[in-house]
Amino acid sequence: MSEQRHQVTVTVNGVTRRAEVPARRLLADFLRMDLRLTGTHLGCEHGVCGACTVLLDGVPVRSCLIFAVSVDGHAVTTVEGCCEPAGELGPVQQAFHECHGLQCGFCTPGFITTITAYLEENPKPTEEEAREAIGGNLCRCTGYQNIVAAVLRAAELKREREATP
Amino acid sequence: MKPPPVVYHGPDTVAEAVRLLAEHGAEAKVLAGGQSLVPMLNMRLTAPARLVDVNRLDELAYVRTDLHGVRVGALARHADVERATHAFEAIPLLRQAVRTVAHPTIRNRGTTVGSLVHADPCGEMPAVLALLDGEVTLRSERDGERIVAARDFFVGPMESACREDEIAVEAYFPRPRGRTGSDWREVSRRNGDYALCGVGTLVRVDEVGAVVGATAVYIAMGPVPQVVDVTEAVAGADIASGVAWAAAGQIAADRLEPEDDIHAGADYRRHLARVLTARSLQAAYEAVAP
Ligand SMILES: Cc1cc2nc3c(=O)[nH]c(=O)nc-3n(C[C@H](O)[C@H](O)[C@H](O)COP(=O)(O)OP(=O)(O)OC[C@H]3O[C@@H](n4cnc5c(N)ncnc54)[C@H](O)[C@@H]3O)c2cc1C
Ligand code: FES
Ligand code: FES
Repeated sequence: MSEQRHQVTVTVNGVTRRAEVPARRLLADFLRMDLRLTGTHLGCEHGVCGACTVLLDGVPVRSCLIFAVSVDGHAVTTVEGCCEPAGELGPVQQAFHECHGLQCGFCTPGFITTITAYLEENPKPTEEEAREAIGGNLCRCTGYQNIVAAVLRAAELKREREATP
Repeated sequence: MKPPPVVYHGPDTVAEAVRLLAEHGAEAKVLAGGQSLVPMLNMRLTAPARLVDVNRLDELAYVRTDLHGVRVGALARHADVERATHAFEAIPLLRQAVRTVAHPTIRNRGTTVGSLVHADPCGEMPAVLALLDGEVTLRSERDGERIVAARDFFVGPMESACREDEIAVEAYFPRPRGRTGSDWREVSRRNGDYALCGVGTLVRVDEVGAVVGATAVYIAMGPVPQVVDVTEAVAGADIASGVAWAAAGQIAADRLEPEDDIHAGADYRRHLARVLTARSLQAAYEAVAP
């Protein structure tokens, strides 16, 4: 059986992207293979690890559990889009750098996207809230302490940057 | 792993979805949030020939509250149920329970109606529907609409009364009668994991605050959500000492028949049910106590 293919158009990090893919193409693989945006990582492919988290219309979702055809016409933000408009590190990326929030970096894209969306909802989290916010992402290296610190630092950086346009 | 090849249908209306299921039901699966179905596809535990994606059925993306209860459309995500203030005010148990379904990222995509059809014995929302005596509306080309009560809807582990040619369009959660407090709590190995034992409770009091009724529901304690009426232990009892809550916990523990699995033994599960029931009933009572 030759597989039926679908034309899929998605706005990725503000740019309209198009590709023809089989129905079973996961959004994560669409980003990585068809669009060559390899920032999004795949760990478990069943929703548990969070490495593949992207923002769908601004909301964090697992890109390993969504088909590309399902999001035709929608907007996706990946870790590549979590930077400043001119390409400098975004507040969450900068905070991970400053706080040593990553070691091997495999889990990092999922943390960056999750935290970016979380700070929109809660710009001034407590330490406990920060811990709760990353509860759905696994990291096998850092032991999480520095990631929690990075959430708090990112909130600070974001507020500073918003105050000085 | 990657999912197997599949033919995709993305209907824009419920009528079209129902027609597709009438034609292809035997070899098709409804794709809602995909938070249970796609892992199974990725692990190749299932391989339907076709998927009928309901994510474009905007007409089903609602959470509505009226005097009688809360209606949740098939495209309402768990996160929509969690956020809806009107639904929380009418039935606090909805938010109390849905907050313990997975992690926020999963709740952003997974649907409440999808979790009912999926009928996981560890699922929180099937238990809430059972405790509140709710119902699910199913639609097919053959029968039009039929409404199935929770007690008939959950048939067995991962098995609901939704036929392969049917789409579940709405779940209805009735508001508890009178002055009723509620609580949800569970024990899981890690934050966001499926529970080893979970309990939801309703405690009803009269005008002077005396307890007149109490029911509890359990997850991970049997093939389908288990509802236990513990009124006999608490109605008219001396509440202040806490003895009545403990007695209710014992009734529940005696009546439940959990099984061993790799996560927990049956004895430990029964112990959890006993302790959680007492704490949960007390919290539900305190929510409406004078
Ligand atoms: C990491 C992880 C942790 C999780 N933890 C929990 C947890 O703690 N508690 C919990 O309850 N759930 C948990 N879930 C599952 C989650 O709640 C799912 O959202 C839910 O089980 C299914 O909803 P869905 O919309 O994703 O359905 P899908 O995955 O799309 O579908 C599930 C099944 O229901 C059928 N179906 C769905 N909608 C309809 C419909 N409208 N009409 C007819 N058939 C339909 C599908 O054909 C399929 O067979 C977890 C999931 C993940 C990935
Ligand atoms: S790869 Fe998607 S959650 Fe692990
Ligand atoms: S930095 Fe290695 S897994 Fe998180």
